[in-house]
Amino acid sequence: MSAPIHIVLNGAPREFPAPLTFDQLLDELALAGRRLAVERNGEIVPRSRFAGERLADGDRIEVVIAVGGG
Amino acid sequence: MNSDPLVIAGKSYDSRLLVGTGKYRDFDETRLAIEASGAQIVTVAIRRTNIGQNAGEPNLLEVLPPTKFTILPNTAGCYTAQDAVRTLRLARELLDGHALVKLEVLGDAQSLYPNMPETLAAAKTLVAEGFEVMAYCNDDPIMAKQLEELGCVAVMPLASLIGSGMGILNPWNLQIIIDRVRVPVLVDAGIGTASDAAIAMELGCDGVLMNTAIAKAKDPVRMARAMKLAVDAGREAFLAGRMAKKPYEASPSSPDAGLIQKSA
Repeated sequence: MSAPIHIVLNGAPREFPAPLTFDQLLDELALAGRRLAVERNGEIVPRSRFAGERLADGDRIEVVIAVGGG
Repeated sequence: MNSDPLVIAGKSYDSRLLVGTGKYRDFDETRLAIEASGAQIVTVAIRRTNIGQNAGEPNLLEVLPPTKFTILPNTAGCYTAQDAVRTLRLARELLDGHALVKLEVLGDAQSLYPNMPETLAAAKTLVAEGFEVMAYCNDDPIMAKQLEELGCVAVMPLASLIGSGMGILNPWNLQIIIDRVRVPVLVDAGIGTASDAAIAMELGCDGVLMNTAIAKAKDPVRMARAMKLAVDAGREAFLAGRMAKKPYEASPSSPDAGLIQKSA
């Protein structure tokens, strides 16, 4: 087992077992398959990279959705 | 086939009423009001998802599917060009590459008045990145013209402060903007009731965007219907061309000839 990674998820510190892809992260969060967008350290992570790309220790992750607004 | 469509970024829309999706009691009310409004373009906000809460709750875009509506993501709550651009990049990813967006960069939390230098800076970046930008702006004709020159596909001056319901405070400025700007001009913010929307359309606005006037009416669905009728009526009146105002000259509608009390 490798050491867990620490990330900041939507502004809050979180710990996850490593290695962790974006798909696995969304699974852990029960958000798999939802219409959302992900940003890593200020850069968009396209959905096409969710399966292959791994999170790194210290990543700042934003997961956003559409909500009611004017 | 509509002979008078609203054309934004090359796409035609039958409805000239654009509506927001905020401040409703629940998604049912949102959907019913938006259906009653006849709107085809609906705005949404982009926000952090609640991690670990309500995982199974319905999503706004399931209630208002992008296959049925043109979703217009906004940058509400952004106070810098950088935040607005970042938000809309996320929105584009969220909406599968969708380019049409509503840019609003606010100046302060009390007035929600637009910060125009930041709005112009954001518009420039977004246009360069291929976004089709509809820009919320103040009712300054010079600012509206500059947004057009930067490549915005529509300019959206305020009628009065966001959520204030104060109606059109400066029709003269709106008129100058309508006369000078070639891209569609939509009044965004400040509409309170149906007559406000009709007046905006009678001035020659290409459309009206509103949220609170419908969502915070006592009966939102009924108000949505009223707004649809008002926008249609105002547009028809604009196209019909109103009579000239004659402030000092009355003119009877009935004939002068043949009055029974005339002696001769």
